[in-house]
Amino acid sequence: MTEPDATDAAADRAGAGHSATPEPGAAPRHADAAPERAPAWRTLRRALSPRLSTSRLVAALLCALLGFALVVQVQQTQTESLSSLRQSELVRILDEVTQRGSDLENEVRTLREQRDELQSGTADDAAALAVAVERAERQGILSGRLPAVGTGVTVRITEGDTPLRATVLLTVLEELRNAGAEVIELNGVRLVASSYLVETNEGIVVDGQVVSAPYLWAAIGDPSALGPALEIPGGAMSSVRTGGATGRIEAVDELEINAVREPAPLRYAEPVTGTDTA
Amino acid sequence: MIAVLGLVVGAMVGLFFEPAVPVGLQPYLPIAVVAALDALFGGLRALLDGTFNDRVFIVSFLSNVVVAALIVFLGDQLGVGTQLSTGVVVVLGIRIFSNAAAIRRHLFKA
Repeated sequence: MTEPDATDAAADRAGAGHSATPEPGAAPRHADAAPERAPAWRTLRRALSPRLSTSRLVAALLCALLGFALVVQVQQTQTESLSSLRQSELVRILDEVTQRGSDLENEVRTLREQRDELQSGTADDAAALAVAVERAERQGILSGRLPAVGTGVTVRITEGDTPLRATVLLTVLEELRNAGAEVIELNGVRLVASSYLVETNEGIVVDGQVVSAPYLWAAIGDPSALGPALEIPGGAMSSVRTGGATGRIEAVDELEINAVREPAPLRYAEPVTGTDTA
Repeated sequence: MIAVLGLVVGAMVGLFFEPAVPVGLQPYLPIAVVAALDALFGGLRALLDGTFNDRVFIVSFLSNVVVAALIVFLGDQLGVGTQLSTGVVVVLGIRIFSNAAAIRRHLFKA
């Protein structure tokens, strides 16, 4: 039992201090335990002592290679480039990327459809707005709300000795309408569908306003239709002349009618449900 | 001691130079490192067992590395590269564990 101690003490120069420390009190009681505990650490310490020999150098070289390769591999793993992966892993990554690509393409398509829908919705709104504006203009002109301009005729009726009957003026109005006049004005009064002519003591009343000779008509429409229509034998102008008045028709290229009227609110009629109120 | 110094020096060189691994070597380097670690632990255990031999250590180190790389290379050629490399790593891990346990028993008697 003492032999290992002697050889160990002789060979161990670097760690001489340490060999004495382990449990001096335990040595008498466990005479075999202390030497058993020491050899492993002693061997280790002996191996760690800086002794130079070829085998040591080769071992050191191999350990250097190991350390080098270890660090390089760790760095390589950290950079994690695709070239360091196996074929099966690359195939898996390719599958994942392809799947993700097709998912994104689907998403792109859906978003494109949504965008197109929204854009066309806006275009539809704009188109509907344009249609509504156009209708408002047309109906404004027809209902007398808006001033209008266009080709047309003016008719100047000068009374003779006897005052003209309202029926004569009504005939003129009807003839103008039949000939396609779109906007009609008489002495500053805009004539619309609900207009009326009435003979009263004060004279002829048009839509509640008294008008007196000379009667100045302005009608926007096709002059080549309005003029001849009034001159039909037995028509409007002939009844004017029969009434003792004279009439003069003049075609105008740009006739502006500024007289307007506010449409009266309807008291009895309303649109049929289900029809397009625009 | 010199071996430990060698290990440290090798690690420092690797950290300093930061070399890139050549593409051909890349699948084999991790396996080679683990095999070398196994040889190192085996050498440590032999040292503590009192059966350490320099020549045995060097030869086992080199042969571990070469054989592990060869097995992985063969597996890649055969098409079972992933499985074989897994197998090699598992076996080396088991050996490292058993060597470490033996070293622990020597050092700490536990």
